[in-house]
Amino acid sequence: MTDTQHRAFIRHGATSWRDYFTFNTDHKVIGVQYLVTSFAFFLFGGVLAELIRAELAQPGTQFVSGSQYNQLFTIHGTVMIFLWIIPGFAGLANYVIPLMIGANDMAFPKLNAFAFWLLIPGAALLLLSFAVGGAESGWTAYAPLSLQTPVGQTIWAISLQFIGFSTIFGALNFLVTIFNMRAPGMTLMRMPLFAWSMVATSIIIILGTPVLSGALAMLAIERILHTGFYAPSAGGDPLMWQNLFWFYSHPAVYIMILPGFGLISEVLPVFSRKPIFGYKLIALSSMAIAIFGFLVWAHHMFTSGMDPLLRVPFMITSMIIAVPTGVKIFSWLATIWGGKLRFTTSNIFALAFISMFVIGGLSGIFLASVPIDIHVQDTYFVVAHLHYVLFGGSVMAMYAGLYYWYPKITGRLMSERLGKLHFWMTFIGFNITFMPLHVVGLEGMPRRVADYAPEFGRLNLVATLGSFLLAASTLPFLYNAIGSLVRGKAAGPNPWRALGLEWTVSSPPPIHNFPAPPVVTRDPYGYGERVADYPLPAPSAPGGN
Amino acid sequence: MSENVTVRGQSEPVGRRLDNRKLGMWIFLATEVMLFSSLIGAFLQAKAHSPATANDALNIPVAAINTFVLIVSSTAVVMALSSIEDGNKTGLRNFLILTLLLGATFLSIQIIEFAHLLREGFTPSGSLFAGAFYTVTGFHGFHVFIGLLILLWLIPQAIKGRLTSAEHMRVEVFGLYWHFVDVVWIVLFTIIYLL
Repeated sequence: MTDTQHRAFIRHGATSWRDYFTFNTDHKVIGVQYLVTSFAFFLFGGVLAELIRAELAQPGTQFVSGSQYNQLFTIHGTVMIFLWIIPGFAGLANYVIPLMIGANDMAFPKLNAFAFWLLIPGAALLLLSFAVGGAESGWTAYAPLSLQTPVGQTIWAISLQFIGFSTIFGALNFLVTIFNMRAPGMTLMRMPLFAWSMVATSIIIILGTPVLSGALAMLAIERILHTGFYAPSAGGDPLMWQNLFWFYSHPAVYIMILPGFGLISEVLPVFSRKPIFGYKLIALSSMAIAIFGFLVWAHHMFTSGMDPLLRVPFMITSMIIAVPTGVKIFSWLATIWGGKLRFTTSNIFALAFISMFVIGGLSGIFLASVPIDIHVQDTYFVVAHLHYVLFGGSVMAMYAGLYYWYPKITGRLMSERLGKLHFWMTFIGFNITFMPLHVVGLEGMPRRVADYAPEFGRLNLVATLGSFLLAASTLPFLYNAIGSLVRGKAAGPNPWRALGLEWTVSSPPPIHNFPAPPVVTRDPYGYGERVADYPLPAPSAPGGN
Repeated sequence: MSENVTVRGQSEPVGRRLDNRKLGMWIFLATEVMLFSSLIGAFLQAKAHSPATANDALNIPVAAINTFVLIVSSTAVVMALSSIEDGNKTGLRNFLILTLLLGATFLSIQIIEFAHLLREGFTPSGSLFAGAFYTVTGFHGFHVFIGLLILLWLIPQAIKGRLTSAEHMRVEVFGLYWHFVDVVWIVLFTIIYLL
């Protein structure tokens, strides 16, 4: 890079733990900063979730008031989406994307650091809104309810502007990095699929997030200056909020899952010792999802009073978007089919991702259907669906990625025994928590209410007990992740015998990644093709295709 | 099929099509297009729900003059860029300063106009149209303000001669931003004042 005239407060690379608390322009430091920060918010959001589940363990209200309950699920949803899943994946991608494509850093290192540090005031304001109280209209903040809540709602809207800017600058950086910084020979069709998924994710962020910024800005302006955009009493239109919000927030669900898709496509071939099946289809289906994702938003609004005729096209597009996702699912199944599977913790999280995501995906197709959606709108069926895709999908994928790249990031191996314990507690706890919610949802239990009818009591108690197991499951992970920093066995550059470029450098990688730009002659998925041995043999013949 | 070869020590130029900064600015402008789309959509919605006389309070001649000022400032940026491409550092400096003055003129006229409108009772909470008007023009004005800040960062570099015919990407990238802000205003002028 030409930017070597760093000012005093800008650092590059980490030589001690203190460097992780600085404005550091090394993508690897920033990746760790994102991961640690977002995981802390995952734990915080988890505590809120446990409070919600504790309240719901029995009918009636025991611990919190209705207003407090509303704040709990509002902040829980906001934190998990904007401070855990989105920045968590951004952290993983920050760490590995430059390594995977053979670059020395991101295209804009300072912007990269700036994007991370924007999260901090955003998160602080979000916590402030929680402390002040008033952000209690759900993470969807539907008007006119979000116009009538106390002042915390305004702070909430402003906090999301910071986080949105952070996300936008990150996505911009990924796009320029992936388009311009690839190593010689790495054509688009030789890129790792994780990089492809980050291209698709970043395009969605670039085109979607500014619309949320605009909608939130108008929400804040309306709350402060009483302009009336969303207020029917002033001639405004509350459906405009829903349209703008979902124009971002439906694509946003792909922001939260596409990196997981990419990550799974990295993990499965390595632990199946087989080439990825359908490379081009997986890559291009991500792009198809990025495009179609913008054409489905009104399926969240079937019961909002929108024009009934418009429901049909949105139902059709919502079902069509399942096709590129199905293409991926079957490509992954074909990848592991007949492979020599190694059941590492990373791989079992990846396999669990497939099954759990399919459940969430199928309930999504149910919900896309107008008659069913009208029946289950705002019930726990929706809650079950979204947690199967966001926890069963995104979080499982995140764990698969963390176990996969932890040795690269730290230079140490995690304990597989603790990893398996973590996996089973997570998997069982997750299913006990969320599977019953499908049932109570179909029976009509409304979401976002602190109390419920007595007949739902038994299954809710089951869900609450499951959620305690789910919460406990993070303990072996934390113990493992922190303890392995000291006690873990040295990983070496390539513990999984993987073929990606990130595994050709030491663990952790040197500050400038590659001593010289690597030259790439094919995609990194040639497992089982006479190259299963590590270290890689010298080239015997020039690469085909 | 051969293996995944990652030979070290061979270096060849990375196949770049666009400079990073330029590509980055184009992508950033895509985000800006989406931001202003949401705001303009909201404005059109508000306008549709307002009486046809809602924009009578606005002063079209003043806005037209302001539009002219901003278009001239875009021309000044073009001249600044073409000056430095020819290695003319004085031209660069002068045209950047002209851009700054014109941009500041635009912003000043807008602020005076806002103050005038507010005194006349055309307030953000007064009507849906007024609220949308201040929001969308305010966002645009904020973008002009950011552009002026960038100019205040660029002009000292131009005066010190740091920008050369070989390395002046900053001017080019700033130009993209400034032209975008200009184009947004032309759209806003049309839909707010003329339609």
